[in-house]
Amino acid sequence: MNRLIRVFLAVVIASALLLFAINRLNKAEGFAGDNTLTIYNWGDYIDDELIDRFEEETGIKVIYETFDSNEAMLTKVQQGGTTYDIAVPSEYMIDKMREEDLLIPLDHSKIPNLKNIDERFMDLPFDPTNKYSVPYFWGTVGIVYNTKMLDDIEITSWSDLWDPALKNEILLVDGAREVMGMGLNSLNYSLNDTKEEHLKEAKEKLDSLTPNIKAIVGDEIKILIANEEAAVGVVWSGDAADMMWENENLDYVVPSEGSNLWFDNMVIPKTAKNVDAAHQFINFMLDPEVSAQNTEWVSYSTPNKAALEFMPEEMVEDERFYPSPELTEKLEVYENLGKKNLAMYNDFFLQFKMHRK
Amino acid sequence: MENKFTRNIYMVPYALWIALFVIAPILLVLYYSFFDIEGNLSLVNYQKFFTPVYLKMTLSSFWYAFLITLISLIVAYPTAYLLTKTKHKQLWLLLIIVPSWINLLLKAYAFLGIFGTYGITNSFLEVIGIGSQQILFTDFSFIFVSVYIFIPFMILPIFNSLIELNPTLIDAANDLGASKWTTFRRVIFPLTIDGVKSGCQVVFIPALSLFMLTRLIAGNRVITLGTAIEQHFLVTQDWGMGSTIAVFLIIIMFLFMSVTGTRKRGI
Amino acid sequence: MSLELESGVSKLEKKISPLAKGFLFLIFLVLYAPIFFLVFYSFNSGGTMFDFESFTLDWYKELFQDTRLLIIVLNTLVIALLSSLISTIIGVLGAIAIYQVKKRQTKNTLLSLNNVLIVSPDVIIGASFLILFTMAGLKLGFYSVLLSHVAFCIPIVVLMVLPKLMEMSPTLIDAARDLGANRLNVLTKVILPFITPGIFAGFFMALTYSLDDFAVTFFVTGNGFTTLSVEIYSLARRGISLNINALSTLLFLFTIILVVIYYFITQRNNKAQIGGIRK
Repeated sequence: MNRLIRVFLAVVIASALLLFAINRLNKAEGFAGDNTLTIYNWGDYIDDELIDRFEEETGIKVIYETFDSNEAMLTKVQQGGTTYDIAVPSEYMIDKMREEDLLIPLDHSKIPNLKNIDERFMDLPFDPTNKYSVPYFWGTVGIVYNTKMLDDIEITSWSDLWDPALKNEILLVDGAREVMGMGLNSLNYSLNDTKEEHLKEAKEKLDSLTPNIKAIVGDEIKILIANEEAAVGVVWSGDAADMMWENENLDYVVPSEGSNLWFDNMVIPKTAKNVDAAHQFINFMLDPEVSAQNTEWVSYSTPNKAALEFMPEEMVEDERFYPSPELTEKLEVYENLGKKNLAMYNDFFLQFKMHRK
Repeated sequence: MENKFTRNIYMVPYALWIALFVIAPILLVLYYSFFDIEGNLSLVNYQKFFTPVYLKMTLSSFWYAFLITLISLIVAYPTAYLLTKTKHKQLWLLLIIVPSWINLLLKAYAFLGIFGTYGITNSFLEVIGIGSQQILFTDFSFIFVSVYIFIPFMILPIFNSLIELNPTLIDAANDLGASKWTTFRRVIFPLTIDGVKSGCQVVFIPALSLFMLTRLIAGNRVITLGTAIEQHFLVTQDWGMGSTIAVFLIIIMFLFMSVTGTRKRGI
Repeated sequence: MSLELESGVSKLEKKISPLAKGFLFLIFLVLYAPIFFLVFYSFNSGGTMFDFESFTLDWYKELFQDTRLLIIVLNTLVIALLSSLISTIIGVLGAIAIYQVKKRQTKNTLLSLNNVLIVSPDVIIGASFLILFTMAGLKLGFYSVLLSHVAFCIPIVVLMVLPKLMEMSPTLIDAARDLGANRLNVLTKVILPFITPGIFAGFFMALTYSLDDFAVTFFVTGNGFTTLSVEIYSLARRGISLNINALSTLLFLFTIILVVIYYFITQRNNKAQIGGIRK
């Protein structure tokens, strides 16, 4: 009994001390004030120095919170109870959020730097007049492969993945749209195809790929490919850039049949409390120099045309990450297909995952 | 005698907890399970559950949870038993729990390194002449890591029931000429059965809905009900179907509890 | 009496064979292998968890400059300690309540209800708690996270305490009552001392649950409050930096030291008391 009471007291005292410490730290960091801006972004998706700079320039205190999937972010914004002033969803989510009336329209007059965005990336189908969103980063889905592990096999297209020589060498990213899209693309269907028979065909095509597939994994695909656990991976270009940074034997290709073009975008969700600061922040991030610094740090492709001048040439001229306009023509942006069709994609994907060799 | 009210007052927090955090969420989940993906009231989710895809998934969840529980028990029992015989047994017990306080995702990443093609395990296999094997993304690695995660939950209750075991009982059995095995089977094991049951419950029940390891360690070669729920909630946003699977998980758990449930203790 | 007990124990201790020692060693080796792995790479200048390039302490230096991360760590610890404590208290009371139910049917139903949160996947718990909290108008942040952690830690405490209660002979309580002990006395003098190991087991397992939880916390947090798990998971998309390894190393060392100190303090106290209270 004595022992119980002692531990009880120890825990209470420890908690009190910790709470005190947190309080002091929060005060020291300046979180107590009113002029704050809460950013809801993917983890590690911004250069921290820029946040500091923004705080210095404007006197606004930034709270940075993170999410790990678009859908989880959506649920949080839907339910409310929080005050996110800026969120960074992917393109298909913008449509959904707009449908559910979760976004505040942007006041373009407060974002003069919007002119810096490449015209190619303005007025995209998911947000025709950029009423709600400004692109933050963009990229493609493609194939990353290890040139050392596959000396004489060259990969340029989706169909190359069906080569029996690649037995047990492919890692796929765990996304229904990405994997089903790969099947659809290899059959020359659209990535936004919703015909059940086409999807079924794609799923069967994918089933025949199972001998080559080593695993279907999440974010850890970066570690696995960089560590040469497998020779080939189907990944987002941003991840590919990270892997190639770690392992120089890797190369990345956007398949010739076509692929997906994705965007992460800054929006102001309905939960926002400090809309003014949110506009200020968006404008700040679109500044050419700021954007260039952020791009170098994050290493994804920037839609900011003016920023390219401030970036190293070898980065800008890398066609793998800044594909030519001709190639971009072939790329498709995901449309919001509606819940029902998405469920169909998912069901087929689930069946594919359960298909054993 | 005190009246009934004061007698039961200490149950209030627990009862409140059951009402607010168990019953209310169950009702919520039940409610959602009757809506199809477009928000119409229907039984389509329940129909869908009885298609081969989900039945197969249920079976495989069961099978893996069973294997994980069995292997955890086989490893945990002797461990707990030997721990009770060490000098600083409470310390060693604490040291069994400490690794579980390190973030699971980090440990899973570590296992990716340990089991990988160029990992420590394979280097070891090379040295002893077996040669490199694919360990990651197999049933073996999945079960190994799952057991790794659940083992403290199995060891603790068993340890706690072993430690109260009266040594004189064992001595008596030995004196009566019982072999070690007989002593174990007839004396020790029956006396620790409550601990074993409790251990099996805290391993089997969450093992049914494992999800993250199925992707990280098994590379989605193992698909469990937990994985499917995850998908429905976070990818398709089909909360109806996700809830339906959860309803079945809860039903399975109820069945499991009544099988392993408490009997009146014989003397 | 205590002398006899001591000699009994030492007799048992002699029975540990080298084989048994080897087995225990193996178990501990496996349990700590991933942690040593993380610790090892926290000194890697290469920045990844493969390819050890050269020794560096940069990750630790980086760590100490990161106030945001420090706040997150402290948040995590406070939530873990407080939620384990509260859930242990409620859980112990709950276990006693379940224990005292006579009817087998009711008992099993209660136990099954108890286990619902263990079997439900985290996303479901998280989503339904989120709905509950927003319905109740609770501001998301520290309190909503604390409340949810308490909620999902309770069942594990009950499951750890219950077998100890079951082992307690009912005659013990009857005897105490016959001797004129009131309810509170029975609880503090008879029941609690007997089930203490179960209570500790419950507390430690609750800590485990709380420290490891990601999905539930993610859903119910907000307004600048984050825990380490949420932070680590959201880092996964961009790759987990080695300063997280460094952080885990420090936390791990800190825990080990705490555990050992705690143990030897209680050891000494127990020794001081041994002639009197024990058994």
